[in-house]
Amino acid sequence: MNLTLHIWRQKNAQTKGKMIRYEARDINSDMSFLEMLDVVNWALIEKGEEPIAFDHDCREGICGSCGMMINGVAHGPQRGTAACQLHMRHFKDGETIFIEPWRSKAFPVIKDLVVDRSAFDRIIQAGGYISVRSGAAPEASTILIRKEVAELAMDAAACIGCGACVAACPNGSASLFTSAKIAHLNLLPQGKPEQKQRVLRMVQVMDEEGFGNCTMHRECEAVCPKEISVNFIARMNREYLVNSLVSP
Amino acid sequence: MQLNANIPSGPIEQKWDRQRFENKLVSPANKHKHNIIVVGSGLAGASAAASLAELGYHVQCFCYHDSPRRAHSIAAQGGINAAKNYRNDGDSIYRLFQDTVKGGDFRSREANVYRMAQISLNIIDQCVAQGVPFAREYGGLLDNRSFGGAQVSRTFYARGQTGQQLLLGAYQSLERQIDARQVEMFPRMEMLDLLVIDGRARGIVTRNLITGSIDTFVADAVILATGGYGNVFYLSTNAKHSNATAIWRAFKRSAAFANPCFTQIHPTCIPVTGHYQSKLTLMSESLRNDGRIWVPKEKRDTKSVNQIAEAERDYFLERRYPSYGNLVPRDVASRAVKEVCDAGFGVGKTGLGVYLDFTDAIKSLGADVIRERYGNLFEMYERITNENPYEVPMRIYPAVHYTMGGLWVDYNLMSTIPGLFVLGEANFSDHGANRLGASALMQGLADGYFIIPYTLGNYLATTRLEKVDNGNPVIREVENEINARLTRLLGIRGKRTVDSLHQEVGKLMWDECGMVRNAAGLKHALARIPQVRDEFWHNANILGENDELNQALEKAGRVADFLELAELMCLDALQREESCGSHFREEYQTPDGEAQRDDEHFCYVSAWEYAGTDKQPVLHKERLSFEHVLLTQRSYK
Repeated sequence: MNLTLHIWRQKNAQTKGKMIRYEARDINSDMSFLEMLDVVNWALIEKGEEPIAFDHDCREGICGSCGMMINGVAHGPQRGTAACQLHMRHFKDGETIFIEPWRSKAFPVIKDLVVDRSAFDRIIQAGGYISVRSGAAPEASTILIRKEVAELAMDAAACIGCGACVAACPNGSASLFTSAKIAHLNLLPQGKPEQKQRVLRMVQVMDEEGFGNCTMHRECEAVCPKEISVNFIARMNREYLVNSLVSP
Repeated sequence: MQLNANIPSGPIEQKWDRQRFENKLVSPANKHKHNIIVVGSGLAGASAAASLAELGYHVQCFCYHDSPRRAHSIAAQGGINAAKNYRNDGDSIYRLFQDTVKGGDFRSREANVYRMAQISLNIIDQCVAQGVPFAREYGGLLDNRSFGGAQVSRTFYARGQTGQQLLLGAYQSLERQIDARQVEMFPRMEMLDLLVIDGRARGIVTRNLITGSIDTFVADAVILATGGYGNVFYLSTNAKHSNATAIWRAFKRSAAFANPCFTQIHPTCIPVTGHYQSKLTLMSESLRNDGRIWVPKEKRDTKSVNQIAEAERDYFLERRYPSYGNLVPRDVASRAVKEVCDAGFGVGKTGLGVYLDFTDAIKSLGADVIRERYGNLFEMYERITNENPYEVPMRIYPAVHYTMGGLWVDYNLMSTIPGLFVLGEANFSDHGANRLGASALMQGLADGYFIIPYTLGNYLATTRLEKVDNGNPVIREVENEINARLTRLLGIRGKRTVDSLHQEVGKLMWDECGMVRNAAGLKHALARIPQVRDEFWHNANILGENDELNQALEKAGRVADFLELAELMCLDALQREESCGSHFREEYQTPDGEAQRDDEHFCYVSAWEYAGTDKQPVLHKERLSFEHVLLTQRSYK
């Protein structure tokens, strides 16, 4: 198939960017979206033009590196799918596709489709862990966890940290990302001792990093490649409220 | 070059305890004075950086990703082994040790493997305490599944995302130490060379991937945890950026490279569809627990799969290996798949594929149980192939997955350069000629959480290190070499894309140094690789500048290193005139087509020493002795 692409090109953080039109020829419907971009880049290199920069690595939907707005939708049209796992069979011959980087104040553009998501790491630094030194752990079978609880914690822990939730949110909120980590750890008995400071501090850092507030548009849930539920945001808000009001 | 494995004396069960006791300690008051560099933030790197920081060392950790959480350990699906014997099915440390040595076809070090099996118990404890959401039974206890090469159920898992959850556990511990200012994290930084001063590893030189700045970092010890080199083959299950640059530069600074030809080809991957293919996707080995592998009995059978009657199907693994069946180790399964496809029984458009069929499992267990066990893998398969594996059997074919070879290390995980430690897939230590499923995660975490914190301390406590100042001439020299190389890469301005050259050498390696090798093919590759390398340095087209984010330049540097490493892999495969594990030389096989080892002549680790540009590396041999596991021909029949 042949496609017309409009892709955001921006030399660096200091320079203004713009949409540039490209023609993608002889695209096979079995290709992944990033393989289609590879083919476009090969053609650009052969013409002596600089290839389009985009983050990617595992290309199997788990590392969370890739991410781009495809026709205005984070990761494109297929639900529960990261851009690297989206295949060209979901597009029609002759279609025009608009490709842009994540747009959010907290994720400044570095080049073309590459953005800086280091704010996510700083949110994790604020309590997205359980404090256990190597070697200090008790025997694993002494900690019993109800299967339903373990499954729910796993649903939250499946987050790949790609940032689609932020890009899709009209407020640029990181609530889905933050709440998923809080839920993963606070649901488990191992995470209980630190649950209060975890929720208070992570929410505070999330605000400081320039992410907006959640007003329940649920756009994040719709684009999340791991289909993480907004129920975790409700859980985070409740925990935040309770822990802000009640001491110890 | 002297290879001294430094294996502690005494009975195998007591070696590690004895070593830990005999190690000298660094005083708690002095630990913060030591700066330690960790390159890589996967399971081995993140766990090492976090554990060392917890002890009080000052750690600088580097990764080329935008966040340490993205290292390729994240993609491991199936699980992690541990000899917990929660199933009461006869498992023990000794059995895990024995399975691993045998699975590696007797080309690993007994003492290292035994230690890994011992530590496997602590790893599960550690990860559970960190909040890794392993699968649970209804009673609240941890669940297990079976994996290839074992007859006990010892694999712990978190759906099909075990690597992700273990890595996030290590990443979170690392982030905790970053918050505590014990670790300085340097994302989007790539190590381009090792600083060796007075014969010791004293730092690294890096390129900042955003600004292009070349910077030197000095340390008292350097730890490489930079993963494997499977991307030599272009197509592999590795992440696109996984590369050999760090270990290759260390090799060129005189770290020995061990067993470079031992590369694991994983049997269950989604087959290739076209030339544009950028990578291959693994379907977890755990699928072989419930999936049955077969091909039609008739060659080039074009009937649709549901029209092929039960009697017309050849379940070739169950037929050839009745006791292990579909759970034979990866090397054995991959070769069997290749053989049936080469003989014309393969399925799919290309004929390079076999069926992995869940019909029987769905019938006996129900679709819900299968969905719970493998749901995310089935979805991933459907997303890529557009076929629903609940209704149509999967099609799978082997693909490059893991490299058992890597930098040579002694029992303390130190390379032949004092002060340079190598962990995880980047070293060669525990898997011999073939790695068993669910053992990579175990090894990476054993190295990082539980071995390096002890052995590094002993090195620092027993070594007198002079201060290295910024004006040291070695630093200027190395920085100048790097700058010259970058300038040269950007100055080629030829006609070909770096990817096309990478594809060319990858195809060559897959054909001649892949699942099956022979002397003629290896010699052909050895003649051809320098030509491709020459073509690269004269005709590659690398656009852009150094002082910006330049992904083409990053890629070119990595491919240039692959083009040198490929040659070493072929040299190693050529000298090893036997078949063992993943290394199958056509000339050396039993009458029924199994690998024929030659213990009399080849029971050694090959360790290659760099001898200079355009000179053949020098082969050293570390003899292996087997006192606890009887040297026998591996049989899974």
